[in-house]
Amino acid sequence: MAAKRNTKSSAAKDAGKGAGKDELLKYYRDMLMMRRFEEKAGQLYGMGLIAGFCHLYIGQEAVVTGIQAALDEGDQVITGYRDHAHMLACGMDPNGVMAELTGREGGYSRGKGGSMHMFSREKQFYGGHGIVGAQVSLGTGLAFADAYKENKKVAVTYFGDGAANQGQVYESFNMAKLWDLPVIYVIENNQYAMGTAVKRASSETHLHKRGASFGIPGEEVDGMDVEAVKRAAEKAVKHAREGKGPYILEMKTYRYRGHSMSDPAKYRTREEVDDIRSHHDPIDLIKKRLIEGKHASEEELKEIDKEVKKIVADAAQFAKDSPEPDPSELYTDVLVEA
Amino acid sequence: MAKMNMIQSLNSALDVMMERDPDVVSFGEDAGYFGGVFRVTANLQKKYGLDRSFDAPINEAAIVAMAIGMAAKGLKPVAEIQFADYIFPGLDQIVSELSRIRYRTAGQFTVPAVIRTPCGGGIRGGQTHSMSPEAFFTHIPGVQVVMPSNPYDAKGLLIAAIESPDPVIFFEPKRLYNGPFEGHSGGALASWGNHPKGEVPEGHYSLPIGKAEVVREGKDVTIVAYGTLVLVAQAAAERAGIDAEVIDLKTLAPYDIETIARSVKKTGRCIVSQEAPRTSGFAAELAAQIQEECFYALEAPIQRVTGWDTPYPHAHEWSYFPGPERFINAMNAVLEA
Ligand SMILES: Cc1ncc(C[n+]2csc(CCOP(=O)(O)OP(=O)(O)O)c2C)c(N)n1
Ligand SMILES: [Mg+2]
Repeated sequence: MAAKRNTKSSAAKDAGKGAGKDELLKYYRDMLMMRRFEEKAGQLYGMGLIAGFCHLYIGQEAVVTGIQAALDEGDQVITGYRDHAHMLACGMDPNGVMAELTGREGGYSRGKGGSMHMFSREKQFYGGHGIVGAQVSLGTGLAFADAYKENKKVAVTYFGDGAANQGQVYESFNMAKLWDLPVIYVIENNQYAMGTAVKRASSETHLHKRGASFGIPGEEVDGMDVEAVKRAAEKAVKHAREGKGPYILEMKTYRYRGHSMSDPAKYRTREEVDDIRSHHDPIDLIKKRLIEGKHASEEELKEIDKEVKKIVADAAQFAKDSPEPDPSELYTDVLVEA
Repeated sequence: MAKMNMIQSLNSALDVMMERDPDVVSFGEDAGYFGGVFRVTANLQKKYGLDRSFDAPINEAAIVAMAIGMAAKGLKPVAEIQFADYIFPGLDQIVSELSRIRYRTAGQFTVPAVIRTPCGGGIRGGQTHSMSPEAFFTHIPGVQVVMPSNPYDAKGLLIAAIESPDPVIFFEPKRLYNGPFEGHSGGALASWGNHPKGEVPEGHYSLPIGKAEVVREGKDVTIVAYGTLVLVAQAAAERAGIDAEVIDLKTLAPYDIETIARSVKKTGRCIVSQEAPRTSGFAAELAAQIQEECFYALEAPIQRVTGWDTPYPHAHEWSYFPGPERFINAMNAVLEA
């Protein structure tokens, strides 16, 4: 995943049927990579190598994996602070991501950003944003630039169920439809904003309907099924790329871990988490399809896990070995250097 | 008296006021059911019900604006902005409405609202969870700005803020929530349990808004600080063995220039400090006012101890944070001048 950019080619081949073997294997590998990466980040946090805020994506892997599979090279991605998997999906280097988590020179922001603030011009990943809702308007601006340049690119803007209540989201929806901008709003509805369940903070809990009064089509999608995500994403991307304007995809998903590393998790039950984990896990689902479709054996899948674990272990080693940035780095990049 | 950390003492202030006055309501993101990310509003919903302690959506602009409307009609809202770094969507409402209602209505309407918000660094929060934006608010006529440095003051000042007929932006230095902090990165976490200001009355009391306190007496140099830096400055003076007088400002708007001037006229030397970036910070206001009041008593230029003019960094937090070394260097500089 690190090296290759996802393209639509295999999708085109399999259009109409379920996903083929190669596609399923790629999903499996990509999602497993995200999970192992996050597990490792959690460990490094426990060891004190990562400090401050660190938001893990475990449980939500099918969302970014399915969306990314529908994108072309040069399409832009922007998200909030739960961003590690989005960067891996965009093909960013796990070493650079992990080293930013540990605040080292080898990190994507040379240690200045940390977990929530990483970017890659090369991969057209626009961050990584700590301010809830900010990325929704920024992503709409990216789409404006695409429309202006008539480059046929789209901007995917991810945000959470909690962020969906921010005022600037609706200011952006209005402008996006007013000017038919090529933006896809992906609401990752993992049912909680920090300690607050959706129904405690939202009068309309079906978030895909939030675009209705602006004339933006919206759809609810099973965000635990990567194939369903991919299908919905293709439709939305086609819509946006053809100049028909924005599209809202509400992904029903779930985060297994706490909001960040210091979450006492008193707002939901152990049973609720266990139920999703054991009956709706996105990686287990693809594994089942691979095995039942006789696309892969248990052994082959174990082999993939081994490879992935090696990449992640190397990233962790890199993130430990990379030196702290030079203290002078603190003062650079505030404005352009004279 | 009971031993409390700052979270408990703030919680106690809210509890005392909600018990006494049915018009006091508390709300904010995760502040109801969950009791706040730092637990400052814990158990209030259980005790006072959903109407008086509730969750708000992630809507800082409307949270501030709702509080203004509620207060204009006679409620005493205490709104929580989860981190001071997120207060900016509400800034328009603070600048254009909250601060001017009394003036604009010639006193017919007032806004007895409190906006509570945790601020400051020292927790590896990086650029969106570490800011000290107090100077923005001291630049707005019509709002009071408070920042306590210990559990005892926190409770007394929060009660005073709720009882005040005018709006208060109440900054809570989050690095001090669980224990005192002397500005060294490593080492064990200290506890308010052994600190005299960790002794807090359980019932009602209030401290005057606008009153500073000399927390360490000395005759060679005056250090003006507020929030976390009060403790850092005291520790630095202790470590350097310098006879410094440390003033805990507690209220930034309106601030207690009398207490400062009395001290500076005695010591003849002064350091002003803040965690925020250097340029146009609150320390600059203090320096200007002190030279107006004390010019002929000053024996050295006033020194500023501040953060740097950069966003708050993730790496090298301790090179950014104005720790004891920077205070000691500044003390040496004013003493040698
Ligand atoms: C403007 C702003 N307000 C509040 C916060 C604090 N905060 C960070 S994440 C979060 C919850 C967001 O939940 P959601 O959008 O559902 O995303 P999830 O964490 O579930 O991925 C809150 C309240 C913030 N970072 N920025
Ligand atoms: Mg959520």
